[in-house]
Amino acid sequence: MATMTMALQRFDKATVIAFGLIVVLLLVGASIKPDFLSPSYLVQQLQLASFLGVIATGVMLVILLGHIDLSIPWTIGVGGMMATAAAGFFGPTVGVVLAVPFGIACGTVIGLANGVGVAYLRAPSMIFTLGMNAVAQGLMVAHTGGFAPQDRGTVFMRQLAAGRLIPGVPNPLLVWLAVGAAAVFMLTRTTLGRQIYAIGNKERAVFLSGVDTRRVLLICFAISGACAAAGGVLLAGWANRSYQAMGDPYLLPTIAAVVLGGTNILGGRGSYLGTVAGVILITLLQSILSVLQPQFWFADMGLNVPAETFRQVVFGVVIIAMLLLYGRQRAVQG
Amino acid sequence: MSVASAVNGRRSREAWGHWLAAQRGILIAIAIFAAMFATYGWKQEVGLTASIINTASNKGALLALVAMAQTIPVLTGGLDLSVGMIFVLSNCLAATIVNGSFLMTALGVIGVLLVGIICGTINGLIVVYGRLQPIIVTLATGAVYFGFALALRPEPGGSVNFEFADIMTRSFFKVPSSVILMLAVVFLIWIPYRRSVLGRGAYAIGSSEQAAYMSGVPIARAKVLAYVLAGLLSSIAGLLLTAITYSGAAKAALGADYTLNSIGAVVIGGTSLFGGSGSAIGSIFGAFVMRTVGDLLIVFDINPVLQPLFVGIVLLIAVSLGSLRLLRIKNRLDLYR
Amino acid sequence: MEGNAAPLLRMEGISKHYGGVRALEDVRFECDKGRIHALLGENGAGKSTLIKVLTGVVQPDSGSIILDGQSVSFAGPAEATEAGIVCIFQELSLLPDLTVADNIAITSPPKRFGLIDKRAQRRLAEQALARVGAEDIHPFAPVGDLPLSRRQMVEIAKALARKPRILVLDEATSALTAADVTKVFAMLKQLRAEGLAIVYISHRMHEIAQLADDCTVYRNGRYVATFAAGTKSDDAIVEMMIGREYSSVFPPLSEKKPDGPPVLKVKDLSWAGQLKGVDLEVRPGEVVGLGGLDGQGQRQLLLGLFGTLIGATGTIEVNGKVVKLASPQRAKSADIGMALIPEDRKNEGLMLPMSVRENLSFAAVDGFSRFGVVDRKQEESAINEVINLLKIRSDGIDGPVASLSGGNQQKVVIGKWLMTKPRIILLNDPTRGIDVGTKQELYQLLRRLAENGAAILFYSTDYDELIGCCNRVLVLYNGTVTRTLEGGELNERNLVASALNLPPSTASTGPAELAAGAV
Repeated sequence: MATMTMALQRFDKATVIAFGLIVVLLLVGASIKPDFLSPSYLVQQLQLASFLGVIATGVMLVILLGHIDLSIPWTIGVGGMMATAAAGFFGPTVGVVLAVPFGIACGTVIGLANGVGVAYLRAPSMIFTLGMNAVAQGLMVAHTGGFAPQDRGTVFMRQLAAGRLIPGVPNPLLVWLAVGAAAVFMLTRTTLGRQIYAIGNKERAVFLSGVDTRRVLLICFAISGACAAAGGVLLAGWANRSYQAMGDPYLLPTIAAVVLGGTNILGGRGSYLGTVAGVILITLLQSILSVLQPQFWFADMGLNVPAETFRQVVFGVVIIAMLLLYGRQRAVQG
Repeated sequence: MSVASAVNGRRSREAWGHWLAAQRGILIAIAIFAAMFATYGWKQEVGLTASIINTASNKGALLALVAMAQTIPVLTGGLDLSVGMIFVLSNCLAATIVNGSFLMTALGVIGVLLVGIICGTINGLIVVYGRLQPIIVTLATGAVYFGFALALRPEPGGSVNFEFADIMTRSFFKVPSSVILMLAVVFLIWIPYRRSVLGRGAYAIGSSEQAAYMSGVPIARAKVLAYVLAGLLSSIAGLLLTAITYSGAAKAALGADYTLNSIGAVVIGGTSLFGGSGSAIGSIFGAFVMRTVGDLLIVFDINPVLQPLFVGIVLLIAVSLGSLRLLRIKNRLDLYR
Repeated sequence: MEGNAAPLLRMEGISKHYGGVRALEDVRFECDKGRIHALLGENGAGKSTLIKVLTGVVQPDSGSIILDGQSVSFAGPAEATEAGIVCIFQELSLLPDLTVADNIAITSPPKRFGLIDKRAQRRLAEQALARVGAEDIHPFAPVGDLPLSRRQMVEIAKALARKPRILVLDEATSALTAADVTKVFAMLKQLRAEGLAIVYISHRMHEIAQLADDCTVYRNGRYVATFAAGTKSDDAIVEMMIGREYSSVFPPLSEKKPDGPPVLKVKDLSWAGQLKGVDLEVRPGEVVGLGGLDGQGQRQLLLGLFGTLIGATGTIEVNGKVVKLASPQRAKSADIGMALIPEDRKNEGLMLPMSVRENLSFAAVDGFSRFGVVDRKQEESAINEVINLLKIRSDGIDGPVASLSGGNQQKVVIGKWLMTKPRIILLNDPTRGIDVGTKQELYQLLRRLAENGAAILFYSTDYDELIGCCNRVLVLYNGTVTRTLEGGELNERNLVASALNLPPSTASTGPAELAAGAV
């Protein structure tokens, strides 16, 4: 039955290509590192992907609306730092219990602020979230600038990020599965999901259909903030501490993952399954690039090229190549 | 007064009225900057000496040039997220080739500018002929350009011809070279571009790409040129950075910082992110507004580490000022595109 | 048609397919210097596509264009303009952020030292504007600030500034005031006398009757016939356009007058100087029309009733209770039950890339859900019901709504609102740009909805529609209702007179004289 038919051809194609490339990457990885395809390594990749996946869920919603959230880096930071600082704010016993919810709540507040700016003040989301990112950075710097803050993760956080509730399945993966399932349900089975896609297509028509579009925007930005903060909590748990700029490396890969998963950057089109594929793809790509040691090849040729160069160039080229594969935008025509 | 001259008089006034309305964004940016700089000068114990003006100008010019670079693709309704990386790449390249004899230095400068143009051309060609969204394309190409920057300068270092650096960073008769540089860019690049068919075409595309196509505007050429100029201006900024720091360094954080701040400067300067209206001159003042925030913090004894907080607040305020127009809306439907 | 002299333009064997949709199939067209040639046909007949091929906006799959005896092809609009073929589009080709002068000279501005010469450009713009009689428009005004009718005049000035040999007007007068239309027609006749070939597309038969020398009819992407204007009756033409027998009769109004208390009552509604104290009532089962000249507040009235206006004063009562309508969400809610079919279906009524089903269920989806979760079975059956009721064309039903014809798109918009089971239906010029066949279906539908108890408020710019569909018509002038016409008084003469705020006419003056004299 035709439900989410949103240009079904187009993003199915993108999702298929994305999964195809995942297979290619797995094969490439296997040829370099023999145990690349071993279950333990693959599970480790999924665990890494989970951090990105949780964050990308919120970002996908905002992009579906036709907006963008550039406050991700420091919302991640806020999530991690506020979770680790909770014990310092609320005392050791209460603080430990509240750590995770507090971190996520702080991220949600940032998201709500973004939502108010974009939905009610009608500010362009790129600029408003950029401003919020700087404000969040400033607040966190102020927080750490004065005294030595609590920056150690709680035991629970460590468990959440590194433990395995179900044998063989890392906890972050469970978190991602839960978040992802909720996202899929919302997007495909609820009125809110319909409204999100519709707003990404034509907010004016949605307004005239009797929907409160501002509320939808507010909700999605809040979710984006919550997801980013949740990612920060997981990262802080994984490293067992929070640190400045912990979220900076996540902005571009998140956007890339969402777009490579077939979501249209202008909004209105995209499936969560595609985003899953995009996240796994980016994770695998980064892993392979770190496993490859290209600097030795270049050294053989007499060039001193750092490994990071190779990583950056390949990253960029792969994205462009994939997008060209997905099919181009319709040219402006009659 | 005859009827004809009365009509002419009215028409001239109307013409001025329209011109002023069109410049509103720039004028607001100038006003904000003037207020901030005046406060800075007033609070500054030593007063506004030539040396202080020179330092402020050099710092601001870097962002101003990158902001001018960003302005042009934004006019077409696009965005260039690689300007910061072209800036860094140019810096690293300049620290490698802009040295030696006068001839070598000159060739080096030309080389850096060429690289900026090439990067911009690549961006433009992929956006136009690949028919991909600029934000994603330039995100990806930015990574590639940074990769090359890193290959050129794995460690910070390099050198630059001393005379060249000196000329670029000193003042002539109390006027900083960087100001002269910006004026040169405005008068030799921006204003001719604005008055050209392709430059106006950029505004047309940003205003309504469909209508521009129907009107026969050369869309492909205008868009590619926009990205080419962005690359060129970013590389000029990179040259200036090399002259100021005497070295090249491939720092990803710096590139990202300049890219994002350039967007902020463009908006504060009155250019619309939707395209179709705005000016690189406004972006210059937008950049200086953002840079002066840091100076004001120092002068008011606020921990400079809090700079991002205040820059962010300035951005939010600037953007919210735009929301004041909402108060005049009488039909809710106008809120939604 | 001229026998011996070769026509200025000949298009032969033109075909164009968009994916599976056949827009043009082996179509031909000829036009000659010094003649005005009208293109007729329903939406989807291919007229717009043919014009796009002619003006280089799209490339044909096959066929040839012969201009002045030479075979030509245009890679884009710029080349067609070079060749002297200029089009004035329905969706304007103006750039809102640029000034009038910039717009008029956008492609080939006068240049000095390689850069645009602003002064020469301004003079050019002033000349072009003077030519179309729009000297009041200042060349430095940003086009986006001008009202729609002024923008259309700028579009026409822009076309003329390019010194065309063939001028194409695609529904170019739809937004003009009556005064402007008169000026434009005079200008077109002058251009014809100067030897221009003019191609004119319009749905307004009386305009074509006034202007055209020759007519060509297309149907379903194919060529039907060419004939001299005035040699066929309107009915015959319409039959050629829709390919079946056409009865120009509206469904009859029901015998009994709707009585009972009004479901919608508006008292002294005023807003922003555009509505100045509007009073009206609509009863269940009534179709009330809004008439009058363009821009007297009709659209704003409907928007105001639907909750989008801020700062409106006066009272609105629904079912006897005073209500505050602060948003479309409120207007749509179950206790009020309003629906608005908006003016601009592409930007206000539909999400074009989404499917027909998704668009149809969008306004009513809350009714099929519990706690926000949608019951798909319920939704599906309701959608199918509406599709059948409105006879929405089933091919392409799971594809994007953008691929449907204008008439079918409008059906989707109406279907979307019917699914909310509205009590009060507001329609903002719903048949604008719709083909004759679909219009008929809509009239039948409105009649049926009224019979089932809906209260309908219906703004139209087409007098025949107002007379044929409505129980009574409220004529708006300057933001208020100046006359109510019903029964025997509801005729074209009175509609025109009331629109111009003249007292009921004497027997000796007809509508044409009234219209001419009052300008």
